[in-house]
Amino acid sequence: MTNEEVKNRLTEHFGEQLKNFEEPYGMLTFEAPKEKNIEVLKFLNEDNELAFRFLTDLTVVHYPAFQGRELAVVYHVHNLVDNIRIRFKVFLDIAKPDVASASELYSSANWQEREAYDFFGVNFVGHPNLIRIMNVEEMDYFPMRKEYPLEDQTRIDKDDEMFGRGGTMGFGNTQENNVRIQIPQAEKEK
Amino acid sequence: MENTTSTIKHETLPKGSIEKTTTTLNLGPTHPATHGVFQNILEVDGERIVSTEQTVGYIHRAFEKIAEHRPLYQITPLTDRMNYCSSPINNMGWHLTCEKLLGIQTPKRVDYLRVLIMELARVADHLICNSVIGVDTGAFTGFLYVMQYRELIYEIWEEVCGSRLTTNIGRIGGFERDFNDIAFTKLEKFLKEYPAVLREFENLFTRNRIFMERTIGTGPISAERALNYGFTGPNLRAAGVDYDVRVHTPYSSYEDFDFDIPVGKTGDSYDRFLVRNQEMWQSLSIIEQAYKKIQDFKGEEATVYHADVPAYYLPDKKDVYTKMEALIYHFKIVMGEIDIPPGEVYTCVEGGNGELGFYLISDGGRTPYRLHFRRPCFIYYQAYGEMIKGSMLSDAIVVLSSLNLIAGEMDG
Repeated sequence: MTNEEVKNRLTEHFGEQLKNFEEPYGMLTFEAPKEKNIEVLKFLNEDNELAFRFLTDLTVVHYPAFQGRELAVVYHVHNLVDNIRIRFKVFLDIAKPDVASASELYSSANWQEREAYDFFGVNFVGHPNLIRIMNVEEMDYFPMRKEYPLEDQTRIDKDDEMFGRGGTMGFGNTQENNVRIQIPQAEKEK
Repeated sequence: MENTTSTIKHETLPKGSIEKTTTTLNLGPTHPATHGVFQNILEVDGERIVSTEQTVGYIHRAFEKIAEHRPLYQITPLTDRMNYCSSPINNMGWHLTCEKLLGIQTPKRVDYLRVLIMELARVADHLICNSVIGVDTGAFTGFLYVMQYRELIYEIWEEVCGSRLTTNIGRIGGFERDFNDIAFTKLEKFLKEYPAVLREFENLFTRNRIFMERTIGTGPISAERALNYGFTGPNLRAAGVDYDVRVHTPYSSYEDFDFDIPVGKTGDSYDRFLVRNQEMWQSLSIIEQAYKKIQDFKGEEATVYHADVPAYYLPDKKDVYTKMEALIYHFKIVMGEIDIPPGEVYTCVEGGNGELGFYLISDGGRTPYRLHFRRPCFIYYQAYGEMIKGSMLSDAIVVLSSLNLIAGEMDG
């Protein structure tokens, strides 16, 4: 089976609903409407010709620039018999990131969806146990979103005595007031 | 007469605590039998497991987030720390991902050298897993006996890249330096001595009555359930599905090698053990083939150890001091000033535990826009509860070690 055949079979069934067909690095990629994600997964699974019965990967990408469709849930599915992989995405509004859960169809989706929720805040409707998986439960933000940069490596307002920055060892900082070593005024004037 | 009733107040027990017939047992987060940091909350009735709940994430290090802020070559050390029993496979998988995105063709000799290293890593990984099943069933000897040869594998890696556990081996385009003679001498020693050791190791376990009683029928999973749970690698093959990334989507010239995919039948701990053992034999054969192919290179070809990609591969130090271009590229690479072409790529390699996938999205910046690791451990650990439900507590330990769960890979 070729990408072209998969594409034809899908458009035959879903018509215009699936769009943006691409083949980056040989993998067929398309976009599905967010209400249709389970329908597409089910069709890919149950159709005897397509038989994409292995959910390889489920993840989320955050595109802050896309107004009203900031979060993309990406599914990688694999037809093990014909050995062909495809990928499809559904885009969600970050203000209301609801999408149906695939955990009923694929047991493997359970934790992957929890991970996606944990890091991006995607609300998988119908998930049996949608709680954080990697981070602490008290966390009140979704850390993989783009608005959270990594910590500034040069920040000095933190007690980092145990980690080599600041503290008694004086790596860059003085001991008393935890500020960078001040260049004496006399030195500056030279 | 004085009131003799006791003045001790009895606290009222929570409702249901008398009627409750099961016991809650915490297995982990730090327990010698889990071989890693993760927690299983077991509900046991006597010694039977009624239900379980798994907690992971104790050593989550946010690699995906960190990777968004690093140039490509600085992400290699992050991949080391996923499945640290076979870090070279992770490193190579990452290099292959970058090479696919950048459109780099590696020379054949590099491919074969990589295959050599990856198969050594597979042997090291399976060796740990299988000997640990032995330890958990009460046979310590096998574990200590084979450790010598994992040590030898580590010594080979040490000759190649300078480190042993978290290897950071290779670069985008090839290796940082050619293999030296000591590495090949040690490899020859390994190829000469290891088959006998592996055979003895098998003799110790495969038909050992105690071992068989402990592992046959524990933690079985059907092929259908295994696929639904996203199993890959030896655990899936033990259930009878002959899916191997090396054969299905060959990378690094695996198509040039001749090997079998061992499969099991019942998907229980014993089958997983046997599949891993057989895979070690297959890996040995691949290593031999690769070594032969490497020796067949003559003249100029026999010294190639990296692709000619100056924009991504650090130049020789002596060139940096004498040549202008080398100095420019050295500076740009070290400062992370190389732009990555935009693109979206998924690459996978057959890791020690199954399909290790890298989903890389680049928007044309200097760091990945998004990088996601498909970590096989994380995906198949979900099935653990279903696999041990109704079995004895001691079987749960054996199932845990036969699944080869690596906390580093699980938590990412």
